[in-house]
Amino acid sequence: MSVRAEASALIDVARVRQDFPALQQKVHGHPLVYLDNAATTQKPRAVLDALMQFYERDCANVHRGVHLLSERATAGYEGARTTVRRFLNAGSTREIIFTRGATEGVNLVAQTWGRANVRAGDEILISALEHHSNIVPWQMLAEEKGAALRVAPIDDRGDIVVEEFEKLLGPRTRIVALSHVSNALGTINPVRELTSKAHAAGAVVLLDGAQAAPHMKVDVRALGCDFYAFSGHKVFGPTGIGALYGKEALLDAAPPYQGGGDMIRSVTFEKTVYNDLPHKFEAGTPHIAGAIGLAAALDYISGVGLDRIAAWERDLLAYGTAALSAIPGLRLIGTARQKAGVLSFTLEGVHPHDIATILDREGVAIRAGHHCAQPVMTRFGLPATSRASLAFYNTHQEIDALTGALGKVKEIFQ
Amino acid sequence: MSSDLQDLYQQVIVDHSKRPRNFHPLADATRKVEGHNPLCGDNITIYLKLEGGLVKDISFEGSGCAISTASASLLTESLKGKTLADAESLFESFHDLVTGLEPSHETPGLGKLEVFSGVCDYPTRVKCATLAWHTLHAALKGEGEVVSTE
Repeated sequence: MSVRAEASALIDVARVRQDFPALQQKVHGHPLVYLDNAATTQKPRAVLDALMQFYERDCANVHRGVHLLSERATAGYEGARTTVRRFLNAGSTREIIFTRGATEGVNLVAQTWGRANVRAGDEILISALEHHSNIVPWQMLAEEKGAALRVAPIDDRGDIVVEEFEKLLGPRTRIVALSHVSNALGTINPVRELTSKAHAAGAVVLLDGAQAAPHMKVDVRALGCDFYAFSGHKVFGPTGIGALYGKEALLDAAPPYQGGGDMIRSVTFEKTVYNDLPHKFEAGTPHIAGAIGLAAALDYISGVGLDRIAAWERDLLAYGTAALSAIPGLRLIGTARQKAGVLSFTLEGVHPHDIATILDREGVAIRAGHHCAQPVMTRFGLPATSRASLAFYNTHQEIDALTGALGKVKEIFQ
Repeated sequence: MSSDLQDLYQQVIVDHSKRPRNFHPLADATRKVEGHNPLCGDNITIYLKLEGGLVKDISFEGSGCAISTASASLLTESLKGKTLADAESLFESFHDLVTGLEPSHETPGLGKLEVFSGVCDYPTRVKCATLAWHTLHAALKGEGEVVSTE
């Protein structure tokens, strides 16, 4: 059996696509070919239904009402936390904090654990392929504390240079913050190995899982990391919701993030006693519908099967890599040994922005730009790239549509 | 090719993007202004030599997409020898053209710059077409700072 046949036996992609209303539309007269999944993903009917059911039937505030709707809302919201715990294989729901997304997860750690533990002269270690969301919060913290930001370099393929990473670890390294998967290049970092090296040096490890959670099984206990952040909208859930995993002991010892309702046990003007985990980090009425929608998304992809998703996307990526490599003048940016479904490329003589405009008119949605990873672009000496990013609902025919549309680009710029 | 893509990428635009005119620094420039569009990473530097209220010479450098490069190239061609008042009104006419506004009768004809009429159907590309013009505008006003279209 060919590799393709094996992969297609794993996912009935035609059936799966039926679950996504947005994928049924035409744009500029062509069937939509959505290849901008690293920016955000489309939502399955199950997520839309969960949101609708919450607002139509169960809408109430959580953790306080005694009436039936509040009971349902609380059960839905806390049930969603259990779903996230299971999805990440965390040990306890006390370790799952709902956030607005991966960005807020990183900021929460920087502003709570970070402010309490990073001091002048300490070091924060990141890598050269981080998204701005895993750079700027640490720069802000470093500036406030007089700490130094260190950056582990990447090689020409887009792999972190492990020996250099090791050299940068030292007795002053307080925290190591790394992306699990690079959004701009698709590199799957050896985070388990890097985490254990960081731990050996006495540092705490945060992983930015925004680009990993949609594509592979994530097991925070197997990875060994101390914090893991991801975004709901990149795992087929709603925007404005995400989750942060943190080891209980670290979260417990860290000061709260924002002050307000729900994060307190008692308040007097003299003294406030903070609530237990995870509520200590969730001030104010949370994004209840978002959490419920996120849980529906995680249930949905768990139903499809993360291992099957990973296998299908591996096959699509290999097919896309071969198809794009065959185009004269096209250069793939990011050729790491372990890669998730990202095809970042340049085409000789044509700016990525023009490529994206022409592709859009052919129905193919991709991203052009620096992908919120300007240092990655600088590393490769490029102002921008074009990026096609895959999800499990993409097909080989859609890759063909991409290469066909790139033919139109050449026609215009010949 | 679909006809609207042809409207955007007219031959003159493709030609100017591949072979930009007046694409070099200007040693005796009296003004130099940088512009950039952080969203797409486009950046441009416009050099102006003003003399007695006239654009005696103009050139540019930078990198960007076809629309922004061609726009800068055609801008330099259209402005050489023009008065500052001409330059200001061309700026306004051009802006109206790419944003799809009806030109007012008092503004001068755009000549070659008419090739950008297709841009108004691509709202996300208006910033590309106008980057050079906003940068020029700042240079004319004597603002020696970095201009951003974000």
